[in-house]
Amino acid sequence: MSSSTPRLEQERDDERLLKTSERRFEKVVGISFTLSFLATIGLGVVYWQGGQTQIEGALLFVALGGLGFGIVAWGKYLVPQGPYVQEREELQSPESERQAFVESFERGANLIERRSFLAKLLGTAVAAFGVITLFPFIRSLGPQPKKMLYVTNWKKGSALVKADGTKVLATDLEVGGVLTVFPEGHAGGAISQTILIRPSFQDIVTKPGRETWGPQGYLAYSKVCTHAGCPVGLYQELTQQLLCPCHQSLFDVMTGANPVFGPAPRPLPQLPLEIDSQGYLRAQSGFDEPIGPGFWERA
Amino acid sequence: MNYKPIDFLDERLGTAKFTRKSLNKIFPDHWSFMLGEIAMYSFFILLGTGVFLTLFFVPSSATTVYHGSYAPMDGHVVSQAYASTLNLSFNVRAGLVMRQMHHWAANVFVAAIVVHLLRVFFTGAFRKPREINWLVGSLLLMMAILEGFLGYSLPDDLISGTGIRIAYSITLSIPVVGSYLASFLFGGQFPGDKIIPRFYTIHILLIPALMAGLLGAHLAIMWHQKHTQYKGRGRTEKNVVGVAMWPAYAMQAGGFFFLTAAVLAALGGLVQINPIWMYGPYIPYKVSYAVQPDWYMGWLDGAMRLFPSWEITGFGHMIPTIFFPAVLLPGITFGLLMAWPWIERKFTKDFGVHHLLENPRDNPWRTSVGVGVMAFYMVLFFASSTDVLANTFNVSLNFVLWTFRVLVLVIPPIAAFVAYQLAKEARSAPLAGMPRKAMVVFRSKEGEYTAEESDPRLELELKRNAIHGAEPKVLPEEARIHGEKELAETGEEEKFVFSVSSVSAVVTEEIGERPSGGSGVYQVPRGAPGAGGGLFSPRGPRSARDGMDSGDGE
Repeated sequence: MSSSTPRLEQERDDERLLKTSERRFEKVVGISFTLSFLATIGLGVVYWQGGQTQIEGALLFVALGGLGFGIVAWGKYLVPQGPYVQEREELQSPESERQAFVESFERGANLIERRSFLAKLLGTAVAAFGVITLFPFIRSLGPQPKKMLYVTNWKKGSALVKADGTKVLATDLEVGGVLTVFPEGHAGGAISQTILIRPSFQDIVTKPGRETWGPQGYLAYSKVCTHAGCPVGLYQELTQQLLCPCHQSLFDVMTGANPVFGPAPRPLPQLPLEIDSQGYLRAQSGFDEPIGPGFWERA
Repeated sequence: MNYKPIDFLDERLGTAKFTRKSLNKIFPDHWSFMLGEIAMYSFFILLGTGVFLTLFFVPSSATTVYHGSYAPMDGHVVSQAYASTLNLSFNVRAGLVMRQMHHWAANVFVAAIVVHLLRVFFTGAFRKPREINWLVGSLLLMMAILEGFLGYSLPDDLISGTGIRIAYSITLSIPVVGSYLASFLFGGQFPGDKIIPRFYTIHILLIPALMAGLLGAHLAIMWHQKHTQYKGRGRTEKNVVGVAMWPAYAMQAGGFFFLTAAVLAALGGLVQINPIWMYGPYIPYKVSYAVQPDWYMGWLDGAMRLFPSWEITGFGHMIPTIFFPAVLLPGITFGLLMAWPWIERKFTKDFGVHHLLENPRDNPWRTSVGVGVMAFYMVLFFASSTDVLANTFNVSLNFVLWTFRVLVLVIPPIAAFVAYQLAKEARSAPLAGMPRKAMVVFRSKEGEYTAEESDPRLELELKRNAIHGAEPKVLPEEARIHGEKELAETGEEEKFVFSVSSVSAVVTEEIGERPSGGSGVYQVPRGAPGAGGGLFSPRGPRSARDGMDSGDGE
C-alpha cells in the first residue's frame, strides 16, 4: 500500500500539470487572437485616416503575428502530438505491374511503328512547324546587330555638347576639370557619352598617331567602361585617374586611359579633338575602335 | 456536423478516398523542415503584394515630368516606370508597405531557398528517390534569382539601371550569339525603350507561372514520396514518425504562414529598403558610388570584381573578360548543383533508397565539400563590397582586391579541411556537442547525500512522455487504412480487384480481336457500349438513326 501511494500522487500530479498547462495555453492563444483582432481594427483606422507606413507595418505585424502565434500554439500544445507512426508504402511498383505497363505501352507503340513512314513524316512536319514559327518570333524581337556595336554618333566635325545640349567652348573647362560631353544632336546618349578632361599636369604620354588629338591639353575618352559598360564616372584629379564605381577599374588619363587596376581589359577609346575658328570643340572623327565591353565578333 | 458538402464532392469527384489519406498523413517534425516552408510562404506573399504593385506600376521608359508629393524630385523629367514607383510609394495608401514587403519578401525568398537547399544537401535528403525533386528545387532557385533581378530592375532608378547596363554587357559577352541575343533582348542598342516592358512581362507573367508550376511539382513529389525524417527512436527506413496532418500539422504549418507574413510586414513597414528616390532616376551617363546589387547577386558582382582582366582574342574573334565570371561561373555553379546527386553516387556507389537523413558529421566528405563550396561563394559575396571595405577601413582598393583574390583561393580548401576534421572528430565522439549533464544532489530524510546525473532535455522529455505517452503511437484504425488495396480486399469491392495476369485478357476482351482489313483500326463488337454510334459509323449518326427507327417502324 505504501508503494502505491506515491504512484497515485504522481499520476494526480501529471494530470494536474496537464490541466494547468492546457489552461495556460488556452489563455495564451486567446490573448494572441484578441491582440490580432485589435491590431486589425487599428489598421483599419490608420488606413481610414490616410495611412502611415511605420504604423501600418507595426500593426500588420501584430495582426498577422497574433493569428500565427495563436494558431501555432493551439496546434502545438492543445492537440495531441503523437508521435504517430505510419508505414511507408513501397514507391516502386511490383515487377509484374511494370511488365504489364511495358506490354501495354508496346501494344500501342507497335501500332504506330507499323506505319513508320507516316510517323517520320509527322515528326518532320511538327519539327518544321516548330522551327519556322519560332524564327519570326525571335527575329521580330530586335534588329540584327550588324555595325551597331562598332559605331557611335560621333562623326567628323561633330560639335561637343553638354548634357543640356549647349556647345562646349575651348574656354569652358578650367584646368583640372572634367565634363561629360555628347555629339551635337545626341545629348544624353548612352553609347556616345564621352568624358572631356583638361588635366593640370603637362606630362601627357601621347600614344603614337595621336599627337594632334588633344588640342590645348584637352583629352576626350569614351565614358563607357571596357569591362561591363558602366559609366567611368569618378575622376581623381590628384592621381589623374578615372574610376569605374561598378567594379573598380582604374584608367590612367595621362597615358591614353590605359587600365592600371581592376578587371578592365582594354584602354578607353580616345576621341580625336580639334578647335574650330569660333573656339568650339569638335571631333576630328568618330572613335577608331568599338567602345565599351567586348563581344564575339570584335577582333 | 453537416455532411452534405462531403457527399456532394464525393459523388462527383470521389474525393473522400484521397482526402482521408491526406488528413491522416504523418509529417515528421523538425525545425529544419520549416526552411522550405518559409520560402513557399514568401512566394505567396510575393504573389499577393506583387498583384497590388501591378495595379499602380507603369512599365514604360517613356519620359514624363514628375509632379508628386516627393518634393525634391518635383519637376524632374523621369521615366514613367520611375514616376509610378514614386507615386505608389508616396501617394497610394499602404503602397510603400506593400512595395517594401515585396522587396523584403524577395530577399527572404531567395535566402530561405538557399538555406533549405543547404539543409537538404548536408543531410543527404537529395539521395534516391529524391533526385528529381533536387532538380526541380535547383530550377526554382535559378528562377528565383533571375526573377529577383528582373523585379529589382523595373523601377528604373540609377542603381538598377546600371545593373541592366551590366546585364546587357554580360549578354553581349556570350560567344558566337552574344551580340544577337543582346540586340534581340533589348530590341536594338542599349538602352532602347523596350527593356522595361519586356522585363515586366517576364517578371509578372512568364517566370511566376513557371515557378508556380514547378513549386506545385515540388510539393506533389514531396507529398507522394513522403517526407524524410531524422534518425531517432522508432524511426526506420520503412516508416514515418511524427504528427498527423489533421489537425496538428495543418495548424502549425498554417499558423507559420501568418508568422512569416508578420515578420515580412514588420520589415516592410519598419525597415527601409531600396529607397529609389534617394538614388534618382536612371540617366545613362550618371553613376553612383557604392553600387551593390541585392544580396543574391553579390557573388556574381564579386566574381566580376575579382576575375583578372583576361580577354582572349584570336582568329578574328574575342571572348570578353566578363564571360568567365558572369556566364561561365554561373553555368558551372548550377550545372554542378543539379548534377550533384549523380556526382556523389559516382563516388559512393550508393544506389539504395534512403528515407532516413544523415547527420552532417556522419558523412565527412560531403560535409567538407559543401562547406568548401559555401566558403567560396561567401568570399565572392563579400568581394562585392571591395569599395565599401576600402573606404570603411581606410586601406587601398589595391590591397582589398588582392586580399580577396588570395582569399577566394585559400579559404575554401581550409574551410573544407577544417569541416572534414571536425566532422570526423564529432563522429568519433558520439556525445560531442551534447550539453554537459548537470549533477543533482539529493539529501535523504536521514541526512545522507547522494549525487545523480541530470539531463534537462531528458527530464523535459520524460515530463512530455508522462503526459502524451512515450512510444510512437499507432494511428487510429480509420486512419491507418491507406491505399485502396486494403479497402478493396474487404467486402464488396472485391470484384473490382483483378490479378495482373488477367489484365491482358481484359484488354483483348474490350477491344476485340478482329482487325478490320489490316488497317489497324479495331472494330468494337456490336452491342458493346459505344459501338455503332458517331458520325462516321457505317450506319450514320446515332440521332438520325434513332429518328429513322421510330419513323418507319421496321
